[in-house]
Amino acid sequence: MSEFLQHLVNMLVLGGTYALLGIGLTLIFGIMNVVNFTHGVLYTFGAYIMFIVVQQLGLNFFLALPVAVLAGWLLGAAIELTLLRPLRGSDIDTTMLVMIGAWIAMQSGALWIWGGVAKSVATPFPEAPLVLGPVSVSWLRLFVLAAAAMLILVTYLLINKTSLGRAMRATFQDHDTASLMGVNVDMIYTSTFAIGSSLAAAAGALLGPVYVIFPQMGDLAAVKAFAIVILGGLGNITGAVIGGFILALAEELGAGYVSSGYRDAMGFLIIIAVLIFRPTGLFARAERVG
Amino acid sequence: MTRAFGLVGTIALATALFGSAAGAQTIKIGVNEPLTGAFAASGTYVVNGAKIAADEINAKGGILGKKIELVIEDNKSNPTEAAAVAEKLITSDKVPVLMGAWGSSLTLAVMPKLMEYETPMVVETSSSGKITTTGNPFIFRISPPSAVEAAAFKGIVDKLALKKVDFLVINNDWGRGTAEDFSKMMKDKGISIGLVETMDQGAQDMSAQLSKIKSSDSETVIVTTAVDQLTLIFKQAAALGLKKRIITTGGSQNPDQIIAQAGAAANGTMHLTTFLPWFPDKTPNPEATNYFITEWKKRGFEFAGCTESFRGYDGIRTAAAAIEKAGKAEPAAIKAALWDINIKGLNGDIVFRKSGPEGKESGQSQPNVYLIEINDGKVGMKTL
Repeated sequence: MSEFLQHLVNMLVLGGTYALLGIGLTLIFGIMNVVNFTHGVLYTFGAYIMFIVVQQLGLNFFLALPVAVLAGWLLGAAIELTLLRPLRGSDIDTTMLVMIGAWIAMQSGALWIWGGVAKSVATPFPEAPLVLGPVSVSWLRLFVLAAAAMLILVTYLLINKTSLGRAMRATFQDHDTASLMGVNVDMIYTSTFAIGSSLAAAAGALLGPVYVIFPQMGDLAAVKAFAIVILGGLGNITGAVIGGFILALAEELGAGYVSSGYRDAMGFLIIIAVLIFRPTGLFARAERVG
Repeated sequence: MTRAFGLVGTIALATALFGSAAGAQTIKIGVNEPLTGAFAASGTYVVNGAKIAADEINAKGGILGKKIELVIEDNKSNPTEAAAVAEKLITSDKVPVLMGAWGSSLTLAVMPKLMEYETPMVVETSSSGKITTTGNPFIFRISPPSAVEAAAFKGIVDKLALKKVDFLVINNDWGRGTAEDFSKMMKDKGISIGLVETMDQGAQDMSAQLSKIKSSDSETVIVTTAVDQLTLIFKQAAALGLKKRIITTGGSQNPDQIIAQAGAAANGTMHLTTFLPWFPDKTPNPEATNYFITEWKKRGFEFAGCTESFRGYDGIRTAAAAIEKAGKAEPAAIKAALWDINIKGLNGDIVFRKSGPEGKESGQSQPNVYLIEINDGKVGMKTL
């Protein structure tokens, strides 16, 4: 029983960051119809910003987080303006290829600048964990969970309660009509990509200190983000949040009770099942097709 | 304009000619190591150790009157890449001998290429038993196979009063081979084996496996993986309140890095290593060990890397000694000469003995294995 409780706690902590990774990607796909292969690199980028600010500049850990979010926002906006805007209207395959190119170029850039050897970031949290009965969790991971939950809430409010969010949702439904109603669609695209990117960078900045930071760290994260988006349904933010927790639960219980060798396979088994039985995602509303 | 081009062209041509002429003045040794990916830290250490050996040899005038040149390629911690890199080194760079490929799965992937091109390789780190038992006569290993590690560890299991152990190993030939060889030895000693958990080489979160081990009824965990994953395991085990005795194998732990990154969590842990940079006087070759450590520090590398990098140093010295003995930089001659060398490695004499099926034996030298313990953030030796 105590082992099960520990797995549940692990799942909560892991799920929070998976959700953060998933919503950034699903937002961009839903609104812009762009398969963002740079998502993983933006995650890596956020982690390296954390490394630069904390380890190289010697500044405060808590200051580094907003810096990473802002840097992710700026890099995302730059990618949108230079790569995606000129390709607006071209088919999804073309943008996909361009994004794959950007992913490889940026990952190689990180390798060139920082080298292949993993870096770690010191944190202000105590080494001794918080122990609650049979369950034990590190303070750093609790902080990561809280920060992830806060970022998810802010994103949710931004999309559902602000005029920018309303314009984003309108563009999502029909960008021609939104444009006719006076929505600056170009601006919406840039903001969407920038917000999605800043969420990826935030996830990297939060998880970098928990794990280690290296140029390819984003690859596995991106694969998981895609898994979460498929689980939750393309463009579905609530779905992505729940999908993040489901993936974390599957990994924890799969590794705990089935076989740890197949831990990373668990998520994909679920995806295969989802694609067979509910191809529009677990949380998609029924849609008339005929 | 045309004339300017002509001039540039002539210079370029001259440089190319000069370059290739200079190339013929060196003897190349191919180095196939993971410089990116899961084993980047370890592979980089090995390469830095290899460079110390090359510089030392070249400072003394090189071999056969020529300087040695290391052709270093990154195998990306990926077996497919490791095989491709070996092919590139042999066919395009024309190296007569290689050193590599750090991980067992990486080395195993390279082995068919060695057969195909009949080029010998000095294996500096890999520990899977399969490497020297499958009948590849181009393999010359200076690191201990996991069965040798297990045999060395056998002497101390009574003293440690082990009763039941769990395993947490990297999910590849190295980790699974270690779990197999250690289980066999322990069962013979009457120790029961509990869980055998694995982790992917790129995995960063081992909380699930550790939670499972935490609630098992064993008192000891044997952990096998490289330093990056190890530090994560120590941190995550501490965060989960795992109180079992942890013993690591494989010699790629960099104990000082574990102390630096895992802090108090490292205390009481034990590690099977193949080098003793903390106690140069206790190594088989104190003079060479001191030289190596001084040179390592002079180059500004972290002391922690010594336990890994010494293998690159020994590996290149092994290859160089064979080239010298062969009298020419040709694969077949070097392969034959490897059987006749006897050099003082940092971890014992490097002399190859036959291993594997008759007629196509691989070479295996017999390095020492040590058990160290971390206490109060310091490394201490345990007698095996």
